[in-house]
Amino acid sequence: MATTATAPVYAPAERYVGESGVWSWLTTVDHKRIGTLYLFTSLFFFVVGGLEAGLIRAQLSGPNKHLVSAEMYNQLFTMHGTTMIFLAIMPLSAAFFNYLIPLQIGARDVAFPRLNAFSYWVYLLGALFMNSSWLINAAPNGGWFGYAPLTTYQFSPGLNIDFWVIGLQILGVSSLAAAFNFITTIINMRAPGMNLMRMPMFTWNAFVVQFLLVLAFPVITIALVFLQFDRFFGTTFYAIGAGADPLLWQHLFWIFGHPEVYILILPAFGLVSEIIPTFSRKPIFGYPVMVYATMLIAFLGFGVWAHHMFSVGMGPIADTVFGVTTMLIAIPTGVKIFNWIFTMWGGSVQFTTAMKFAIALVGLFTIGGISGVMHSSPPADLQQTDTYFIVAHFHYVLFGGSMMGIFGGIYYYFPKMTGRMMNEKLGTWHFWLTFVGMNVTFFPMHYAGLMGMPRRIYTYDSGQGWELFNKMSTYGTVLLIIGTAVFLWNFFRSHSIGAVAGNDPWKASTLEWSIPSPPPEYNFARIPRVTSRVPLWDITSPRLASEVPHTKRGDKRLDVDVASKHVGHAYPNPIGNQPKQAAEAGLHIEHATGRTAKDLGIPMPNPTIKPLICALGMTIMFSGLLFIHKDNMSLALITIIGGALVMTMALYAWLLTPLEDAH
Amino acid sequence: MTHASAAHGTHAHSAHDDTHGHPPTSTGLDNKKIAIWAFIGSECMLFASLISTYLIYKRRSVVGPYPHDACLPPLCSTPLPAILDIPITSASTFVLLMSSLAMVLALAAVEMKDQPKRTTGERILGSSKLWLWMTALLGATFLGFQAYEFTSFVHEGLTLRTNLFGSSFFTLTGFHGAHVTVGVLWLLSLLAIDYRRGLGPKDAINVDLAALYWHFVDVVWIVIFTLVYLIK
Repeated sequence: MATTATAPVYAPAERYVGESGVWSWLTTVDHKRIGTLYLFTSLFFFVVGGLEAGLIRAQLSGPNKHLVSAEMYNQLFTMHGTTMIFLAIMPLSAAFFNYLIPLQIGARDVAFPRLNAFSYWVYLLGALFMNSSWLINAAPNGGWFGYAPLTTYQFSPGLNIDFWVIGLQILGVSSLAAAFNFITTIINMRAPGMNLMRMPMFTWNAFVVQFLLVLAFPVITIALVFLQFDRFFGTTFYAIGAGADPLLWQHLFWIFGHPEVYILILPAFGLVSEIIPTFSRKPIFGYPVMVYATMLIAFLGFGVWAHHMFSVGMGPIADTVFGVTTMLIAIPTGVKIFNWIFTMWGGSVQFTTAMKFAIALVGLFTIGGISGVMHSSPPADLQQTDTYFIVAHFHYVLFGGSMMGIFGGIYYYFPKMTGRMMNEKLGTWHFWLTFVGMNVTFFPMHYAGLMGMPRRIYTYDSGQGWELFNKMSTYGTVLLIIGTAVFLWNFFRSHSIGAVAGNDPWKASTLEWSIPSPPPEYNFARIPRVTSRVPLWDITSPRLASEVPHTKRGDKRLDVDVASKHVGHAYPNPIGNQPKQAAEAGLHIEHATGRTAKDLGIPMPNPTIKPLICALGMTIMFSGLLFIHKDNMSLALITIIGGALVMTMALYAWLLTPLEDAH
Repeated sequence: MTHASAAHGTHAHSAHDDTHGHPPTSTGLDNKKIAIWAFIGSECMLFASLISTYLIYKRRSVVGPYPHDACLPPLCSTPLPAILDIPITSASTFVLLMSSLAMVLALAAVEMKDQPKRTTGERILGSSKLWLWMTALLGATFLGFQAYEFTSFVHEGLTLRTNLFGSSFFTLTGFHGAHVTVGVLWLLSLLAIDYRRGLGPKDAINVDLAALYWHFVDVVWIVIFTLVYLIK
């Protein structure tokens, strides 16, 4: 408990002048502030998606309800899925990528700070564009998977699908730009001694996710291009009458869509892999195996897509192959689950709110994972597909997995981001309301599904045995809404009046905790040097780090490459030696000084509005497509060409301006 | 208070001067070089999706024109003529391949800008402007061939809307053409910089990025030419 009491030593870093104000947020290129923008925006859309879910559950709370129309119901479940996946969970992960990757690898920013700002603005504008469809009562209504030919112009002539297909195209640009940025950052900006096999597990998971993004998003980009061309220019990609393959969209979509599942879950796995060792007071069990398991999940994730399509009749050989690869993926996932359990085993576990959420992920994701193995078998899947059993499965994976991990991550990293602690008492309320609410909501859906309740129906008749389960689900949703309200109250209250956190309130092992909270603009006044995968424990808790491999003689990154500084020695690694060797290597703790980058002579990128203007131009350009279906060709052309001009001019201005002042 | 003692312990070692300037990158490579490879990786998946779709739809069009000689079952007495013109496209492929050679020479010229040039041959080889112009013009020539090809196809009754072949062919080659166009604009932008202040060895990384992109687009064309034009 002394961890938070020694406050005065760690007053939050003094803020440098010019940091506040709307303009500074519009022009920021600081990865931490962009991470904060991502966090707030995605929490907003999490609430929006949650309210959509609330309306869905209200509609389904009893048989033959007519709270919303069938058409409105279609829009609600489409936007609930699209919002939660693309506008809430992915950007929540991006918030952590932004905030944490540079801090965890000992860098001062990402590789391309302005591209990073561009990614955020594209995300925000794409999200606003897609949601603006509500204003004209034409929200997307074809499901988050948007199956063509249903979504072609012939069957969906409204603007609804136009908003969806253009919006996703815009959001894809954001994800791809961010992925190039983070791959470069992780490969190229690690501090000396931060070898790949010393990177924190979160950074490893984030690294693998970037490769999934880079390889999966182009596929949906092309699927969406085909759909746009079909809808706007009359091509025949999805026109069955012209001989098109009715499965083309499904294949392209799920080649993207299944890796997307891992894009959603792996960041949460990474967060949990940080939380569990810290609160078990043990290094993570089987670090290399965790890394390999992450890679294997990502690799296998590209070979299982057709398990979403067992019911379309691909034939026994395809069904068998995809069934087997799907079952295989349970192995590396199971490895992770067991490694988390073994990390806790024998540790002195502290049940903080973050740890509760992390342990909940281990349990709830396992339930979702096992129901996943159930429908990896094609005969079983044929019974379960398109029923509420599937809805139960993926909500256990995405809510029980991703969201539990992200909530845990927010409680864990809130002190680092704001310099203040979140309230543990309110956190406990939030946890139990969410944990119970989530199970009451989604567990009954297993039964409803096995009793034959199909997905995506806007209402149902009584007497089919579904009433009880649906009623329970709706009650559970009420608990979830209350829990989220408690969370938001805690979040904003702690933001202003939480206890001062200090550098390292949790006594964690990774570099981000060696610097003040919130970190100064330059993160590290001196770039740290790393001699093990638990660098901070080498200083603060040497006993915990004693079984982790440390730098030995001849570690080239530390010994030779670093500006001819000789830092390597033979480290036999007995208990108690680590503080000495860490100090010798140059690892250190930095206290809040209030000194700016300018005071210290650290070159920092200049703030700039150009990424925002570029993103704005691109969004305008894409949105011009909407006018084609309003038979207003001239307006469409003006908007598209005007947007393209704005984008190109901002891009040239951006590229011709140096990132930072000459020094 | 292990914190404090350890922190004090580090003061003895505070001689690092990496506060100033940027620390060296982990791989020693420029950040942009890694990013462009990641970008090319994602472009591979983009073109793989386009090419796969073309191949999947190759024999599925229910009306002509068709890419190669074809006959409508069950009668094969009057085969439909092939629409793809392999000789002309071979010429445009050659032009694009030569543009890659010019690009290599342009990069070499930029890298060796500071070296003294004695003979006429060295002066020609060392002229970055000449080789950048050459690359851009060869790229533009390829685009001219493509414009001619598209126009003649439209005259023969093949548009985006005609059949699956038209949709997938124009989208695939159109995407490639758009990539070449971006490449030409990129080269012209480099030329503008070259005229304004001259490109030197310190700009080599930026020319290198354009070159990697250009070669990638070239390689994609070789795949398209083989799979779409040559293999019936």
